[in-house]
Amino acid sequence: MAQDLHLLTLTQIAASLRNGDFSACEITDLLLRRIEASDASLNAFITVTADQALATAKRADETRAAGKAGALNGLPLAHKDIFCTRDVLTSCGSHMLDNFVAPYDATVVERFANAGAVMLGKTNMDEFAMGSSNETSFFGPVHNPWDLERTPGGSSGGSSAAVAARLAPAATGTDTGGSIRQPAALTGTVGLKPTYGRVSRYGMIAFASSLDQAGVITRSAEDAALLLGVMAGFDARDSTCIDHPVPDYVAGLSTSLNGLRVGIVRQHFDAGLDGQTALAVKAALAVLEEQGAILSEVDLPNLDLSVPTYYVVAPAECSSNLSRFDGVRFGHRASDPKDLFDLYCRSRGEGFGAEVKRRIMTGTYVLSAGYYDAYYLKAQQVRQLIADDFRKAFADVDVIAGPTAPTPAFKLGDKTDDPITMYLNDIYTIGANLAGLPAISTPCGFVAGLPVGLHLVGPPWGEEALLRCAHQYQLQTDWHLACPEAYR
Amino acid sequence: MKPAWEVVIGLEVHTQLATRSKIFSGAATEYGAAPNTQACLVDLGYPGVLPVLNEEVVRMACKFGLAVNATVAERSVFARKNYFYPDLPKGYQISQYELPIVKHGELFIQGDDGSDKRIGITRAHLEEDAGKSIHEGLQQFSGIDLNRAGTPLLEIVSEPDLRSAKEAVAYMRKIHSIVRYLGISDGNMQEGSFRCDANVSVRPRGQDTLGTRAELKNLNSFRFVEKAINFEVQRQIELIEDGGTVVQETRLYDSDKDETRSMRSKEEANDYRYFPDPDLLPVEIEKSFIDSVRASLPELPDAKQQRFVNEYALKPDDADILTLSRALADYFEAAAAAGSASAQVVANWVLGDLAAALNRDGLEIENSRVTAADLAGLVDRIADDTISGKIAKEVFEIMWKRGGSESPTIPVPAGQLSLAGQIIKELDLEQISDTSAIEAVVDEVIAANPSQVADYQSGKEKLFGFFVGKVMQQTGGKANPGQVNAILKARLSK
Amino acid sequence: MHKAACIIAARASQVGLRARNSRNSPVSLNKEQVQRIATLARLKLADEEAAETVQKLSRIVAFVDQLSQANTDNVTPMAHPLNASQRLRADVVTELDDRDHVQENAAAVQDGLYLVPKVIE
Repeated sequence: MAQDLHLLTLTQIAASLRNGDFSACEITDLLLRRIEASDASLNAFITVTADQALATAKRADETRAAGKAGALNGLPLAHKDIFCTRDVLTSCGSHMLDNFVAPYDATVVERFANAGAVMLGKTNMDEFAMGSSNETSFFGPVHNPWDLERTPGGSSGGSSAAVAARLAPAATGTDTGGSIRQPAALTGTVGLKPTYGRVSRYGMIAFASSLDQAGVITRSAEDAALLLGVMAGFDARDSTCIDHPVPDYVAGLSTSLNGLRVGIVRQHFDAGLDGQTALAVKAALAVLEEQGAILSEVDLPNLDLSVPTYYVVAPAECSSNLSRFDGVRFGHRASDPKDLFDLYCRSRGEGFGAEVKRRIMTGTYVLSAGYYDAYYLKAQQVRQLIADDFRKAFADVDVIAGPTAPTPAFKLGDKTDDPITMYLNDIYTIGANLAGLPAISTPCGFVAGLPVGLHLVGPPWGEEALLRCAHQYQLQTDWHLACPEAYR
Repeated sequence: MKPAWEVVIGLEVHTQLATRSKIFSGAATEYGAAPNTQACLVDLGYPGVLPVLNEEVVRMACKFGLAVNATVAERSVFARKNYFYPDLPKGYQISQYELPIVKHGELFIQGDDGSDKRIGITRAHLEEDAGKSIHEGLQQFSGIDLNRAGTPLLEIVSEPDLRSAKEAVAYMRKIHSIVRYLGISDGNMQEGSFRCDANVSVRPRGQDTLGTRAELKNLNSFRFVEKAINFEVQRQIELIEDGGTVVQETRLYDSDKDETRSMRSKEEANDYRYFPDPDLLPVEIEKSFIDSVRASLPELPDAKQQRFVNEYALKPDDADILTLSRALADYFEAAAAAGSASAQVVANWVLGDLAAALNRDGLEIENSRVTAADLAGLVDRIADDTISGKIAKEVFEIMWKRGGSESPTIPVPAGQLSLAGQIIKELDLEQISDTSAIEAVVDEVIAANPSQVADYQSGKEKLFGFFVGKVMQQTGGKANPGQVNAILKARLSK
Repeated sequence: MHKAACIIAARASQVGLRARNSRNSPVSLNKEQVQRIATLARLKLADEEAAETVQKLSRIVAFVDQLSQANTDNVTPMAHPLNASQRLRADVVTELDDRDHVQENAAAVQDGLYLVPKVIE
């Protein structure tokens, strides 16, 4: 058996399992040991489901021997701790839910399990997915495998760190304003956020219902395509999930980029973008052009308003979504409440961290009497304008390309003092959430030893083009193959 | 009430829709299950779960809209009403706010002046019911049962067109009748599936602007609606006449004390922060759906009442009462069709002896112990002079006690005899219509009471009843009363 | 004009949150307003948290206030990013009783009821 199984991508592991090069039990065991070894330095996992993983792997090996292997049979992966997993702690990175054992599986979890995947554990995350650096987690920050003093991004920082450090070949994530793509960019991994309604939200603990979408963090576009094919599709338990055919994403990868129309947003390269990062992204665009893509400029005039729009809509929805955490049916309950009001205020005051409370309060404020029009209604109108901008742009181009994040990974603690500085980290990614569009981040270089991401956005249901574009780019480059030295 | 004041009332009627499953989840809606056994993850507001709208709920709301001549909205939107309360697991109630599914309807009631009065229906919207708090036997705690959480409700809001407690009750009865006709609610008030809030205000007669209103909560019987409104009207008038002002507030009716009292605690600092529920999308209803619902509508109370007057020549007031409930109207029609007597006589029986018996035993018409066919058989025996109306009442009571023609208490011989016929035969109750037999009894009575005969003949005509009584006594009440009268008259005038 | 807003605006004074009347006035929140929002959201803030919250919330509110610059005349607010409409489910009972399992997550339960401090009506 080779010593570096952990370096294999999901697609490569699948092939090896088919060939009988090694068993699901072997790779699972290896990864569980890596997770354990790195736990103190990275803090990528909240829960490691070792026994369950080994049992599932054993079953997968038996299923394979019986000739009945599913699409992901024996493939190990991790779930962001925002997905409900039956009889396993589902904390959402919060003290509020640090005792919550979900009585059911999220649709995404169920689909992966049915396809034979092996869950290694639940990854760390910003509390209730509110954060861009993983520092709001009740379970402590996750460290970036490229530099332990830096953030792996957020909110899916546990997932991005785990994949970058080769603890898991893939992990699920959720993306409300960039929470899959920004961590992917900051850790040199691939992050895919599908079209709103492409993947069921059932069982994914809601942050902002109209923006949240489940996706994956992987090491290659090919792996993302493989997983999307399993997780996507209609779910009768989610009213916002759309019944739209699921293509064979893997089969679509091989078409060349010849003639692909790629739009560039000029504002993306204005002040605010780190100069070195800009160079890396521009070099990536040149690679696309070499492969036959046609670059042109597109205009998204209302994009400047995307961050303020987001910070009205998302807190408003979260303030309401998080009202259910009241200490009565599940979650943290304050001890010896003197009355009902006290039970509510203390359970919530103690259970939620500072950033979550701030967002709940922001949302409460923008929805409250006298402010609804000026903030919430206005934001939903601006959101429509932003969506219209994208719609017009996609009349002329197939994908829009640019940077994923304005800078490479920043140091833990650097941006915790001012919420706005932190919020502006998502400036390039938020537009796709507001308009419900699919987007992907793929590694495109390094700045001072830290990874940089190329961001691609597509029209609704445009995942195929995004995956193909990222895959073809990855065939020409090896940024996505880079592994942090300590985890080789 | 002093006529110087005009009363203005608007009602919000909450009707529980009779679906099998809840409005946004697949949990059962049955009443009376053990606590929290019919509260699934969606009803409990568990993390991660999502609502999906029940189709039947939309169909039912649509039915109601069409029945009250309203507009069924092509597009309606569910919103979240945010507030914290233990019976509200998500911390918000899913309801419809700006864009309800039904708007601009109307219905007609008999107004206080006796004429038909139009009452506007502002809107009817869909929402989920809350759970229940239980206070008994738990010391310092309240217990929360969420079985009812997520039960579909249609909230029907009237215009402030009602001018008295009586009109309010008439309106509420009309709504009750319509929802039961449509089969969209069982209208069961004991179980809370039909309840209402009343917005009550008073103003000096002739004033255009409305007075400040109080909202009376959770009135769950017709009687309470009437009493609560009357109490509240009196309270407001007295308050104003004593120089006070009415405060806009929510008041709870206490049926034990027959008074309303302020619920200030719940009113405090409410800011519901309504916004469209992002977990649910706008409900779009196609014209073809509305057309199919329209085609399935049953005949409604007003149309049926009109038909009963036209087709059966019933008194309009009787037709009104008979059509209040679809089951009662069906019973009447079945009885009228089964017999050969006039429909008005059948109606008299249904609204008289039958209604009294049902009322006495606390039964609904569906559970009547006398079937429509048996009642028709009885009425026919009066019409063909087999028995008198008086004997018929006795026969009816026997039929009621025995409980329907399926009752095994009498061995039914083959043949055409109705249940009434059997009882008449069994107890020998058949009317004596043989003239010579009656004449014989009359003669006996006259012979036995010479002094009364003399008094009668000298002008004490009131004594006629005395002779009728005697004849009836001697015939065991079976003599045909018409014949008895005629023969007595003839004999006494000699 | 948005109907909900009219209704909501009418209640503004009731909650004590003063609506803005001038776009030029700098937006910020005071301690009392923040406390009122916290109460509405049922969040107890520790003393040291409160001061920081006032400062940070003011920052956020001032930041999102730039939305007022956008011209949104005649723009329909977004309902769903893909303009989809609500799907309906058949009226079928699909959920069976799982009370005991589900109540393992509750801190206080008696006879199948969730317990809260006594609710006084």
